Amino acid sequence: MEKIVLPEIENLHKIDVYRANGGYEAIKKALATTPDEIIDTVKKSGLRGRGGAAFSCGLKWSFMPKTTDKPKYLCVNGDESEPGSFKDRQIFEYNPHQCIEGILIASYAIGANSAYVYIRGEYHKWIKLFQKALDDAYDAGLVGEKMKTTFGTKFHVNIYVHKGAGAYICGEESSLMNSIEGKRGYPRVKPPFPAQNGLWGNPTTINNVETLTNVPAIINKGWEWFSKIGAEKHPGTILYGVSGHVNKPGVYELPSGTLLTDIIYNYAGGVPGNKKIKCVIPGGSSMPPLRGDQLEGIAMDADSLKAAGSSIGTAGIMVMDEDTDLVRVLARISKFYYHESCGQCTPCREGTGWMLKILNRMAAGQGQKDDIELLLSVANNIDGNTICALGEAAAWPVKFMVSRFREEFESRMNNSLDHPSLNKVHSMRHSKITVE
Amino acid sequence: MEFKFTVENHEKVVKLFDNYPTKKAAVMPVLYIAQEQNGYISGEVIKEVSTILEISEEDVMGVVTFYTMYHQHMPGKYHLQVCTNVSCMLRGAYDIWEAVKTKTGLKNGETSADGLFSLEEVECMGSCGTAPMIAVNEDFHENLTKETALELIDSLK
Repeated sequence: MEKIVLPEIENLHKIDVYRANGGYEAIKKALATTPDEIIDTVKKSGLRGRGGAAFSCGLKWSFMPKTTDKPKYLCVNGDESEPGSFKDRQIFEYNPHQCIEGILIASYAIGANSAYVYIRGEYHKWIKLFQKALDDAYDAGLVGEKMKTTFGTKFHVNIYVHKGAGAYICGEESSLMNSIEGKRGYPRVKPPFPAQNGLWGNPTTINNVETLTNVPAIINKGWEWFSKIGAEKHPGTILYGVSGHVNKPGVYELPSGTLLTDIIYNYAGGVPGNKKIKCVIPGGSSMPPLRGDQLEGIAMDADSLKAAGSSIGTAGIMVMDEDTDLVRVLARISKFYYHESCGQCTPCREGTGWMLKILNRMAAGQGQKDDIELLLSVANNIDGNTICALGEAAAWPVKFMVSRFREEFESRMNNSLDHPSLNKVHSMRHSKITVE
Repeated sequence: MEFKFTVENHEKVVKLFDNYPTKKAAVMPVLYIAQEQNGYISGEVIKEVSTILEISEEDVMGVVTFYTMYHQHMPGKYHLQVCTNVSCMLRGAYDIWEAVKTKTGLKNGETSADGLFSLEEVECMGSCGTAPMIAVNEDFHENLTKETALELIDSLK
């Protein structure tokens, strides 16, 4: 199987090696056509976003206004903070120039003269590696004003790296834009959508690092070629990051629609000690977990996973063996969302803390009589009631972990405990009324 | 104590203005430069940054308090960041976390009296495929066991 995003070529991160292997030819080819033709090609290729929502990349680009006096921007999302996701760092390390070339093509397609690459602050090493690649590309006249003479075109784009500072929420596109603008990373209410009102109120497109790294290959080899790889409605390869209880954790680039069991057993080397799998989270910790006894036949692409009751997310696959304490795992997941909630919307700010509190006492074997119902009620009241998707990201693992592994949670209840005065959750302190 | 950027750092700050259409947008990278020079973000740093960027001190303070990577107190010479999120947890991160706490005698968020270590339990660092991990300042140490984690701490003087 040919690899698109992370080809096995030694020293590909060096500009000379990348160019010797056909690098920066796609941008030449792209500049010889019109932006509309590029958008059309990417649309037809079926490339879908790799950051979580799996939205059509070409369609997203087509939302950018064609005639406007305002400056247009491209944001590249390399915030990669979803627990279980560690794919973009491989691109920064092993194939940064293909990402840069993808940025050039995308900027040309949407008409952006500035592109911001937002990389999470903890990735000091990978920021340096990417910056080095970017500096080399500038020196070679492939980026910035010098592009005009190098490629004999009127178009140019400047690429800037913006370093995050430890906020998961900044992976959310509107929050990411606020962060670039120098503000607290609060998500914005949509609409207006970024294509109308993005960075500094101007038309903006936000794409994931992996998504853009696919683009040069599509321009070079054509949309027909790309659309035939992997799952029909979600074509291409995907960087599957496998972690947890497997013998060979790591990132595996495979065609979309590869069987989950194939990835776990054939590529990631199976489970240590040949233990059974109890639970798999297929797309980073925000996505609904799957039962280990129901993994047969599940293909790893957006539509198949949706049918299986989960979601592709960032394709970060977390594997948990039969001895895993799922109550503790869920408590840890909830701790993460409690920590990362930006505090803007009440259901999320308060609810994540309440869920954590309930789960912590369950993990300690001190779950009270109706704690499971209380937990689900809090989760249901977060789900759909927040500005951004962090609300769902916090609620889904709780809802689906409890409903799919209810026995695990019931075994942790101590039915003799029922202390209404113990402050079950703050707002219900004096009330027995249940909220639908 | 009054804070002023060194001449060299001031040049870096001014150069950053080319990257953005507003001065305000440079606040995050400027705070990083200040933190590198000063060790942490003090009230004086906030004052100076607000003056240079022509924004209010509250705006700067809002950014400093929103993002976890800006230190509001002086961290240790070695800032130990132990990830305990799920992928690390499944591979023994809590054993490491407990061992590191015992070894250093520190609780989450504390700094040792001699200023050598500060300790922080952190969220997912993107080392899930090489878990568990500890970041020491900017460097990731991955594929750890309890033993190698303790050896790592021993090696930090």
